[in-house]
Amino acid sequence: MASGIKDKVAILGMGCAKFGERWNDDADTLMVEAYTEALADAGIETSQIDAAWLSVGFDAMNIGPSGIPAAMALRLPNIAVTKVENYCASGTEAFRGAVYAVASGAADIALAVGVEKLKDTGYGGLPVRTRGTMFDMIGVVGSAPGNFAQLASAYRARHGVAPEDLKRAMAHVSVKSHANGAKNPKAHLRKPVDMDTVLNAPMIAEPLGLFDCCGVSDGAAVAIVTTPEIARSLGKTDLVTVKALQLSVSNGWELQGSGWDGSYFHTTRVAATKAYQEAGITDPGSQVSLLEVHDCFSVTELVTMEDLHISRVGEGWRDVLDGRFDADGSNPCQIDGGLKCFGHPIGASGIRMIYENYLQILGRAGDRQREDNPVFGLSHNLGGMPNQNVAAITIVGQEGA
Amino acid sequence: MAGIQSFGAYVPRLRLQRAAVHAANKWFAPGLGRLAKGERSMVNWDEDVVTMAVEAARDCLADRSREDIATVMLASSSAPFADRQNSGILKEALNLSDHVATIDIGMSQKAGAGALLQACRSASSGTVLVTASESRRARPASEDELLNGDGAAAFVIGEGDGLARLVDSYSVSADFVDHFRPEGEEFDTGWEARWVRDEGYSKLAGNAISGLLKQSGVDASAISKLIVGIPGKGIAAGLAKRAGIAAEAVADDLGAVMGSAGTAHPLVMLAHSLETAKPGDLLLVLGFGQGADVLLFEATDAIGSVRPLLGASGWLERGRQEPNYMKYLSFAGHIQLELGKRAEFDQSPVLTALYRNRKTVLGLVGGRCTETGTIQFPKTDISVNQNNPAIGTQEDYPLAEVPARVMSYTSDSLTFTLDPPNYYGMIDFEGGGRMLTEFTDVDPGQVAVGAPMRMMFRVKSRDNRSGFVQYFWKAVPTVGSDKNG
Repeated sequence: MASGIKDKVAILGMGCAKFGERWNDDADTLMVEAYTEALADAGIETSQIDAAWLSVGFDAMNIGPSGIPAAMALRLPNIAVTKVENYCASGTEAFRGAVYAVASGAADIALAVGVEKLKDTGYGGLPVRTRGTMFDMIGVVGSAPGNFAQLASAYRARHGVAPEDLKRAMAHVSVKSHANGAKNPKAHLRKPVDMDTVLNAPMIAEPLGLFDCCGVSDGAAVAIVTTPEIARSLGKTDLVTVKALQLSVSNGWELQGSGWDGSYFHTTRVAATKAYQEAGITDPGSQVSLLEVHDCFSVTELVTMEDLHISRVGEGWRDVLDGRFDADGSNPCQIDGGLKCFGHPIGASGIRMIYENYLQILGRAGDRQREDNPVFGLSHNLGGMPNQNVAAITIVGQEGA
Repeated sequence: MAGIQSFGAYVPRLRLQRAAVHAANKWFAPGLGRLAKGERSMVNWDEDVVTMAVEAARDCLADRSREDIATVMLASSSAPFADRQNSGILKEALNLSDHVATIDIGMSQKAGAGALLQACRSASSGTVLVTASESRRARPASEDELLNGDGAAAFVIGEGDGLARLVDSYSVSADFVDHFRPEGEEFDTGWEARWVRDEGYSKLAGNAISGLLKQSGVDASAISKLIVGIPGKGIAAGLAKRAGIAAEAVADDLGAVMGSAGTAHPLVMLAHSLETAKPGDLLLVLGFGQGADVLLFEATDAIGSVRPLLGASGWLERGRQEPNYMKYLSFAGHIQLELGKRAEFDQSPVLTALYRNRKTVLGLVGGRCTETGTIQFPKTDISVNQNNPAIGTQEDYPLAEVPARVMSYTSDSLTFTLDPPNYYGMIDFEGGGRMLTEFTDVDPGQVAVGAPMRMMFRVKSRDNRSGFVQYFWKAVPTVGSDKNG
């Protein structure tokens, strides 16, 4: 294996806009809001940034093509700006570009900015869009909940879980994230909910009800990265460094092959194995202090716990019900509210997750701060559909850990 | 001489309850009450003349080889395309050779019987697959709305007696305009029913029947089945009486259970009658419209040796009552429900890509790796096999007739469909291959992981701007597969 990214790059500063229904703000405003915080955190000037990556999922009704919108909004000094899109993993992809630029020595300081303006679509849920000429002729133009709901039917069948048991575990995921989001001033949804409300909510795509689905939000998040040496030269002491960055993309095997049973994410398993190896983590269940996973739907979070080798396969739903992933559990997950309540502006989410882990590791997470000195924070994105997707894992942590 | 080598039919699953139509319209048209009994077949939102013709053809072909088919005919007065050969789509869906001749026949209610006649006449130069399919439009609260039905039939006609040999035929042509529909118009304009009955059915059709009997030297009393696809009580009985054919020979017109499928109807009735025909039975088929075509078949000793997949009876048994008149109106496009912004998804066709991929899209042809045996959909240049991604090794592997099972599913209330919720999921084909596909003709609770499914050719989408119809294959619960899950 390549030598990997571990400890080669440090996070110099991060920022995150308030997520939500930002009716009166456009994508530029959101980017500036996150960027201003990140710049102040990093303690640098815009002129010190060498290169930038912009992540956006839906460009047509957003800010349009290319890196120009970020360069203009942030008034970047005519540096290289690259727009990236990789479904819901877009934010992590932008971060990856910035980190790799620094690690390679091509840039001293690099910027990753993710943004999405979803509330300009005119309706709830994600916009419907083409997936290319061939897919549109033979694929299913379903919704995101519909695509992920299939995970539940396959998971129930694979592990013999009663529908009501799985539904209860899924509901626990949502109740937990609502409780967490309520404590987070930047989260979109800040109202706790109880089990009955979740269980009795209107059905969106069987068995996913309204509260099994994450928030469709506007938002932006920013990361500024550099080398540990430069970070120290700029006066930073407690460094949060990048431990692992792994991306795994479906090659069609799940949908066209025959070995997959539909109950898990093949790509997440591949990415997780490589990420732990890159970060030097041998027992993720005990070593990973914080988890921010792609809880686009409650069932996704539950299954992801298994794919990340945190829960045993087929046991994730029991661990959820046991409270293992609650804010005060042994493996707190979505302590900031997750996609479920922080909100899910596609292009921003990956960076938003890293932002929470960054804050927690530095002890700056306010009311929701874990008091057990978090060492490693894992964030996970999942773009696409269970049968065809992009999985991205980022592990950040205390330097030297 | 030519004969029927195999036969089949298709009747859509939904059965609009006539009482529901009457209940909704009786404030305006109380006279409809006399027709408000029984049910009529209605196409699902994703069915049309082409998809019904495909199913009738598959019913007819069953596991018969398709290689000898030289000509494909599709007769209809309600085909979806006025200029794009509908039989050409049928040919692709059946994955027939590119070297078959295809022809559309229409413009009259006797087009079905006429096509059957032409198929028999041309069988000496190659086996003919002749289909007739109809989904006629009728104004809400009209008699036709209650009398019409949707359905299709298909026959393989070849040289030799087959299951039923053509004994004789007789045609009468006259520009008798009992109703008409100009190009571009949606609905028929008719003339007085008494004139149509007396001058049309009685004289024109009656003369055609008597002409055939005289020409062939067959005694009217020898006719076992009189097949008259004209809707309306007593029409066929009157024709039988006038010709001297026994009253009990009048074939069930299926009006009570499916209505009348227009130009396809005599052929649906013929397919239905052949299911129970015995050697030596004489079946007289009449198609009416600007004259009449009459065909006389005699069932041979081979009758019963080749069965359709389900046959008209099987498809009729599969029926599901539809008591919701509003749903019918919506599916038929008579009313525009609020579809929401999700329905604005661009469905415009990419005709170059459709042509390139026509076997994949219209024929559901996947690939099989000749090195590893890996079966996949769609066929690709590089095999999906994780251990051996062989390049350029795949051969065509048709999947449309392969049984499948549900691997994952959902019923989606968010995504746009004319018939929510939208059921879809992944299916595994027996022997290999899988796909993500929509399910159709599904009832709540009917789909479960492991449930057996059958592929059916359906409308995938209709482009609101151009009117182009995209077709693809969907999974349908195999008849008799209802199970809980």
